[in-house]
Formats: sequence, C-alpha cells, structure tokens
Amino acid sequence: MSKPPTSRGFRARPRPEGQGKRVPPGQHEVSDFPVLSAGPTPQTSLETWTFALQDGGSLLAKWTWAEFEALPQTTVVVDIHCVTAWSKIDTEWQGVTIDALLEAAGLAEPPEPYAMIHCDGGYTTNLPVEDLIAGKAMIATRYDGESLTPEHGGPARLLVPHLYFWKSAKWARRLRFMDQDEPGFWESLGYHMYGDPWKEQRYSGD
Amino acid sequence: MAEVNDVIPETHRVKTLLLGIPGWPGHLPGQHVDVRLTGEDGYQAQRSYSIASAPDAFHVSLTVERISDGEVSPYLVDELHAGDRLELRGPIGGHFVWTATQGGPLFLIAGGSGIVPLMAMLRHRSAAGSTVPAVLLYSSRTLEDIIYREELSNLVGKGDGLTVAHALTRARPAGWAGYARRIDQPMLAEVGFPASARPRVFVCGPTSIVESASQLLLGLGHERSLIKTERFGPTGG
Repeated sequence: MSKPPTSRGFRARPRPEGQGKRVPPGQHEVSDFPVLSAGPTPQTSLETWTFALQDGGSLLAKWTWAEFEALPQTTVVVDIHCVTAWSKIDTEWQGVTIDALLEAAGLAEPPEPYAMIHCDGGYTTNLPVEDLIAGKAMIATRYDGESLTPEHGGPARLLVPHLYFWKSAKWARRLRFMDQDEPGFWESLGYHMYGDPWKEQRYSGD
Repeated sequence: MAEVNDVIPETHRVKTLLLGIPGWPGHLPGQHVDVRLTGEDGYQAQRSYSIASAPDAFHVSLTVERISDGEVSPYLVDELHAGDRLELRGPIGGHFVWTATQGGPLFLIAGGSGIVPLMAMLRHRSAAGSTVPAVLLYSSRTLEDIIYREELSNLVGKGDGLTVAHALTRARPAGWAGYARRIDQPMLAEVGFPASARPRVFVCGPTSIVESASQLLLGLGHERSLIKTERFGPTGG
C-alpha cells in the first residue's frame, strides 16, 4: 500500500501517558459506553431466560437464571475495543467463565474446536473455542457492579475482550460447539472471521 | 484514496464532502466508509461515516456533523477543502441497506445526522424512479438543524409517493405546522404505515432515539426482523 496522505494541520488530541500501549492501532479511547446493535433491543424476562450449551444439534446443558446465578462467579477488569474505532479502558465485568460452564456441564474439555453464540434477536457470532477457554471469556451478567442493562446486552452477554467487541455478543442465550468454523451475522456481511484488534482484523481480507 | 472535490455547508454544524474516488466499486444505500486521517507526526485517527449519495451519483458524498469535542469531525468540517486527499475504506456494511428492488413500504426514522444513510436511500429511490410508498419521520432540534431540508421538500414535491414529517424538539418558528415534540408512539402511528402493511423500517440517530423508537415500533406490532437500526453517538465524532 502507498503511504497515506498527510492531513495538513491534523493533530492528535493530548493523550494520557501510557495510553498508547493499551489502545490498538486505529482506535481511540472513550469515557462513555457507546451502544451499537443491528435491531431493536430485546427485553428478555429473567423468568423465561435460560442459557444452553449445545454440541451441534444436541443439548449438553441448560441453566435457568437462578441456576446460572448460583454458578461460580468471576470478576475481571479488561479493556474493550469496538470495530467502530472506540476503545474503553478498565471496564469491570462479572459473570461465569466458559471454563466454569464446561465444568458445570460435566465436560473435561470442549467437545469441538469452534463455537457459535446465538442471541435473542437472532444475532450470532463465531469464535474458535481456544479463545473462549482458559479464562479468556465469560457470560457476563454485571457491568461495573450493576446488572447488565438491556441496551448493553442484559440479562447476559458474551465477553471476549481480546477480540473486537462485536464478538462479545449481547443477549446471549446459547453457545453451540461446531466441528468447523462458520460465519456469524457480521462475519457474513464482510467483517473478519477472527477480529484481533491488535492486528486490525476489521474486515474480511485484513 | 479519495480527493475532496467540494465541501458544501448544510447547517451551521454540518457539511457535505463531495469526493472523487478513482476505482470506487459502487455502494448500496445505507452503507458507510471508514475515514482515516494521518497527522504530520504520523498519528492516525479513524472514524466511520455514512454515505449520503445514491449509488449512481457523480460524487460519493459524506455528510459530517461537527462534534464539538470530537477529534476527526471538526477537522473534516472546518479544515478540509477542495483538493485535499483523504484515506478511506469501504463501502462497509450490508445490513442497514435498502434498494428499490427490495420493495416497501419504506418507513424511515431519523434523529439529527442519522438522516444521512436514510437520505442515500431516498436519493436512490428517486433516481431509480421507484414509487414504493415511503415515509420519513425526521427529528431535529430546530428548523436550522434540519439537514437537506430543501432537497427533502423537493423530493416530496415530485409526488411519487414520499411523505416527510418533521419533529422539532427544542425551538419552533412561529406558525410551525410540524410536530413540536420528541418522537412518540402516537406520532409513529400517525405518520407511519400500520404493522399490517409490513413496512421495512430503518431507524438511525442517537442511541436515545433509536432505543425508544424501535421499542415503540415493536409496541405497535411491527415485526422485529423488519426493523433495522444504526446509531450515531458523540463517540462517532
């Protein structure tokens, strides 16, 4: 690629010291928490909410809200990076790690190498299973100590902070293991299959 | 790589950049581009902007609102002029898209600069000679904040099945005949199509408007799968 044109007189706003190390290329830090979604926000009642693990078409385990809340809880403080170029530093989440879900389902290891997360509203996104285990991902139910609001994905969303945030699917209901990788919603519309923000894997071909 | 061919003022905070882009592959109404600026010190900043022009327009145009504490939009609105070059990537997005071949009715709901991708749809509808029934409900702060006001009025004047309803939320001129409040359920029911007509609905604007309008539409019985949303927030700046 040729050298990008320089924008005469364009300068960075002053940044906090050391921020550069935590904000991936092409990203900028925000202090608010932007909301993005492709359709109306689902309003899911906790009475009817369940979360399921599936291997292909067969059910491995399913939890009601009360059962899910009784699973071992983990709190993390992580940086998140949206493909629309904002990053948010030091966000605090609480939920159940995928490791804990596998254990609760009686599985010593994940049954397949890939996974698709299915959500209320029909959203899906695909991930390699190795990006979900070893403490790298959780089903989060609290943000900053409070119940996750519907517009931010409540009752529960996937949290995979080391990938672009469209992978951290809102309104998560079902994690389906797959023997082969398949594109989810945005991945079918030109977005990258993996989405590593540090490699700027925004769109297919990156 | 794009060259800025002209910069057109739209409102006191909004300008349209007319771009010449050699090798532009074409786009669909509703898609966006990523614009990347590189400072003299090598610092880069990137933001997404919706395409305002119809696919067959001579220029690819972006309409940009200046976000007062923004980093990129003040540069695009206040500094950029004809002859400057811009690095951009796109078109991007295939969900928030409408073409005349998809049919209608078409129900568009905009808040502020959320009008931009919807304008690409209306310009395309007009250029394609489509008579698909279409309604735009457009919420702005004041009369002066309405983007494309004259062009919208001209499009309605064609008499090809487009209706535009404006809502002004902060100040109204004397004798204002449009709505004088935020978008609410009676307004959506009054100007829009009934759910039974199964309109294709596109909502674009700040999160507050998108959240409330889409929930109100569900309440009116519109099908979730026919409602597509896109949000513009201050962090888009």
